[in-house]
Amino acid sequence: MQQFLNVTLTGLGQGAIYAAFALALVLIWRSTRIVNFAQGAMGMFTTYLALTLIEAGQSYWVGLVVALLAGLVLGALVERLVIRPVEGGPELNAVIVTLGLFVALQALAAILFGSTFRSFPAPFDLRGFTVGGVNIAFTANSVYVIAAVVVVMLALVALFRFTDLGLQMRAAAFSQEVSRLLGVRVGRMLTLGWALAAVVGSLAGLLIAGGSLVFPAYMDAVIVYGFVAAVLGGLESPGGAVVGGLAIGLLLSYVSGYLGSELVALAALAILVAVLLVRPQGLFARTAARRV
Amino acid sequence: MKARRVCATLAAALLLSACGAAGRPAEGGGGAEPQVGITDTAVKVGAHFPLTGVAAPGYSEIPTGAQAYFDFVNAAGGVHRRQIEYVFRDDAYNPTQTSQVVNELVLQDQVFAIMGGLGTPTHSAVLDHLNSEGVPDLFVSSGSLLWDQPAENPMTFGWQPDYEIEAKIIGQYVAQNFPDARVGLFLQDDDLGRDAEIGARRYLEGQIVAAERYTPGNTDVAPQIAALQAAGADLVIGFNVPSYTALSQLQSLRLNYKPQWIYSNIGSDPALVGSLLARFSEGAVTDAGLLEGVLTTEYLPGVDTPDNPWTQLFQRVWDAHGGDGELTNYRIYGMSEAYTFVQALQAAGPNPTREGIVEAVERSGSTFEGPWVAPFRYSADRHAGISGVQVTRIAGGTTENLTPVLVTDNGDAPITEATGEPAAPPADGIPDVQPVS
Amino acid sequence: MVQQTDRPATLATAAPARRWWRWRPRSTFARHGLAVLLALVAVVLVLEFTSPFRNSQFATMAYYAIAAAGLTVLTGLNGQISLGHGALMAVGAYTTGLLLGPEGDGALPLPVVMVVAAAVTALVGAVVGAAAARLHGPYLAGATLALAVAVPGLAIYFDHVLGGEQGLRIASPDVPGWFDATVWFLFAHETPSAKYLAYLGWGTLLLVLLLLANLMAGRVGRVWRAVRDDEVAAELAGIRLGRVRVLAFVVSAACAGLAGAVLGVVVRLAAPSGFTIVLSLGLLTAVVVGGLGSLVGALLGSALLVFLPPAVTNIGTAAGLDGTQAAQLAPFVYGVVLVLVMLLAPTGAVGVLKDVWGRRRRTR
Repeated sequence: MQQFLNVTLTGLGQGAIYAAFALALVLIWRSTRIVNFAQGAMGMFTTYLALTLIEAGQSYWVGLVVALLAGLVLGALVERLVIRPVEGGPELNAVIVTLGLFVALQALAAILFGSTFRSFPAPFDLRGFTVGGVNIAFTANSVYVIAAVVVVMLALVALFRFTDLGLQMRAAAFSQEVSRLLGVRVGRMLTLGWALAAVVGSLAGLLIAGGSLVFPAYMDAVIVYGFVAAVLGGLESPGGAVVGGLAIGLLLSYVSGYLGSELVALAALAILVAVLLVRPQGLFARTAARRV
Repeated sequence: MKARRVCATLAAALLLSACGAAGRPAEGGGGAEPQVGITDTAVKVGAHFPLTGVAAPGYSEIPTGAQAYFDFVNAAGGVHRRQIEYVFRDDAYNPTQTSQVVNELVLQDQVFAIMGGLGTPTHSAVLDHLNSEGVPDLFVSSGSLLWDQPAENPMTFGWQPDYEIEAKIIGQYVAQNFPDARVGLFLQDDDLGRDAEIGARRYLEGQIVAAERYTPGNTDVAPQIAALQAAGADLVIGFNVPSYTALSQLQSLRLNYKPQWIYSNIGSDPALVGSLLARFSEGAVTDAGLLEGVLTTEYLPGVDTPDNPWTQLFQRVWDAHGGDGELTNYRIYGMSEAYTFVQALQAAGPNPTREGIVEAVERSGSTFEGPWVAPFRYSADRHAGISGVQVTRIAGGTTENLTPVLVTDNGDAPITEATGEPAAPPADGIPDVQPVS
Repeated sequence: MVQQTDRPATLATAAPARRWWRWRPRSTFARHGLAVLLALVAVVLVLEFTSPFRNSQFATMAYYAIAAAGLTVLTGLNGQISLGHGALMAVGAYTTGLLLGPEGDGALPLPVVMVVAAAVTALVGAVVGAAAARLHGPYLAGATLALAVAVPGLAIYFDHVLGGEQGLRIASPDVPGWFDATVWFLFAHETPSAKYLAYLGWGTLLLVLLLLANLMAGRVGRVWRAVRDDEVAAELAGIRLGRVRVLAFVVSAACAGLAGAVLGVVVRLAAPSGFTIVLSLGLLTAVVVGGLGSLVGALLGSALLVFLPPAVTNIGTAAGLDGTQAAQLAPFVYGVVLVLVMLLAPTGAVGVLKDVWGRRRRTR
């Protein structure tokens, strides 16, 4: 029973992070119809920037802010410099470009920051809570992780629902031609979409790193799990991404806790294939059928 | 027409890439020439170590220690007037890469011998290769039993106490001192974990309530620790590499799980694990004292005993020939291996051959004296390394001995206390072993 | 060779139509055969007069090239991307390991083992291909990426059979007596094992290239291209899309399986750490940089995978980077080159060369 509780709580914490990562993928997919396979590497890179600051004596929060800002800039730069030329082209080209970015960023991080394991501090206590004499695998840091993801989620909803900018971004994603005619600066909106997504991705990178060890490839598995979560949610809806993320976090935690951690990636593959073949529009998509 | 162009491209590509080889001097034909890697003035030794990746923290320091000791010996004139040239390459603890790296060492660098190649999964990938090429494969930096198979692998020698005897000694200690403990095992999922489990079960079969395995490379050990906790283990023996000591401690903290921890020698370096854990202090891990009270084993003097004459010798060597950083236990490990290699080279006589050095270790290796607490088990039909360890406790940044040096062998050999005095280092810091023939 | 006139229309500018092969289809096989024969002579000369270390590099290049040739057929000709070819190579390598055994005491001779490895992998490829046939672009990329990440876990889960993290040791084949004797007769020197493995790899590679070139020149190749270029039109013409896609995957997987078998005997090991996502991405780099859909491109790309890292690493060391940093320069260059090729020259090296060639001929 205690193990079930612990596995569940660990899964929720992981799920929150996958949700954030899936959210970043969905943001980009909605605006440019590209799955950004470099998302994990971009988040890893900004996390290393934060770590460099923290090791130089700055507080965790300074590191956090700098990493998110760096994510914003990195996202915008990537969209402008390497994604714009392949936008709207053959889908294979865009996929290969993001993969190239992924490989290059990972190697660059290893060159700049080294490839050994390094510990990344967590802003809050890493000791599990004690509830009624029972120890549970839920820490102050887990609360922070989940809260951070919820805040980002709410902020994005507010942006898209209640601001003029959000409306323009949605319009640009919905129909570039019509938006252009209506005076929306579509190019800028797409850049902004990538930048925002990179901020969310950076946050996911930081949250995973907190209280654990980082190395240049630490986000590799997250790319896959985040992608599965996003597909589970339909790749279209931010809400679906969050629910998908939490579901994947829980499922994988159960697999890891009860079947063996070496089967986690296999379970993710099985879920992905099942979703794609049985319900390709995802669990939460509004459109009835879609070509995958 | 087209076809010919394809061929031309192909041939050009091949020739072009082959050109680089043309200028390379002295590419030997076969690998079996007796003088490969050794001249009148130099002998070339190779090694593979994880300088990057999961296993790099700590282990990447070993070759720097060995290098420092070889430099020290070279400065004093070398062995039989030969300078020792030491080449170590990065395999990232990835067996496939080890295979390529060792290919490079053997075929391109043309080393005389491999010395201290690190890791069980990594080194077992090149075991056949080295033995079929007849390259001496001395003093593998791993405690697997694979290195002690002289019939199949006549060129390969172990060095450190193997995991089985270490686990036997820990097992007996636990059975005697914690007879009521519910024992959990935290094992790396390869020979390290497998050999150790055999040794531990010999004494603890009735007490073990769970054996959990982690895959190196996967940093999420939450399920394993949760399972140990769920099984009610109140004493956990970890046979793991140092990064996983840090990870298992962190995860236990998360679960408020506080068993008595025992880590095998390879995973317990307090300085390294402490430095990995200390960074979390902002997240309210109190301090590096997380390892306080943890039990482990030792077979070499450590930096925490600065009065030990061997530590003093190695400190001297490091100060004179070391690179950046402090003397660490890993560097002492590397120096001790290098010390053994110098002994082997001396024993092989003024004109060593690849077969000769192997024979020399077989004939006189068991009499080599050095910083290690118990003798090697080398003979014509045994290639096993150091024969004993002592159980210690980490306390106040240093270690205190809980048992005398305990000596044993594989299988059901009994565990006995070591006899004889510990060896003192030679005054000039360089061993003086007589040639065997 | 026909694939030289072929370009992925999705990636390339309009290619000049060269239909000469239609007029003399009978000689296609003979031409390919001749090319391979000449290549074989070149291979023998190069292998005999280079050092054992170069030989071992050529052996490595051979298994990269076999897998890349299979991948370029799938991605370049049929338009399906796969980031999971590393996983398929793992299937081939493990099959080889299980059949050969750690001491080489398996009952089957090596060629049979290699064929079985290819067949088993082709079977796995059929299953993967059946699922993949319904997916496109990013979805297929994501699913095959998941495959690449997941498969090594199987080796660890079934560690009693597959050796877990340490993997399966594979006996390197002994140099057959007749082979040694022939080489001695021709060149009067011994055949060390590294050289024999290079021969083995290149022999397999040339055979694969011959088969693939003929396949691509024939009806199957035309159908694949038709599906890649316009699905709807292909379907209207009576082509069954699903079947064609699966077939492309099966052929490609068989190549990956063979490559895995060669890797197994060359590296003497099948271990999960040898088949990481890095391998899959490396293969993709090879085919993209060489030129998608071109066998020559796959060959050039594989040469890059083998000979670029040492060169780049040396440059890095000379520029004052330490060893571990320099080792990361090669993947960095791969990544940057991958992006640049896609942005500037999506047809890859072969495409660029052909453009230059074509321009020269037109101006004449």
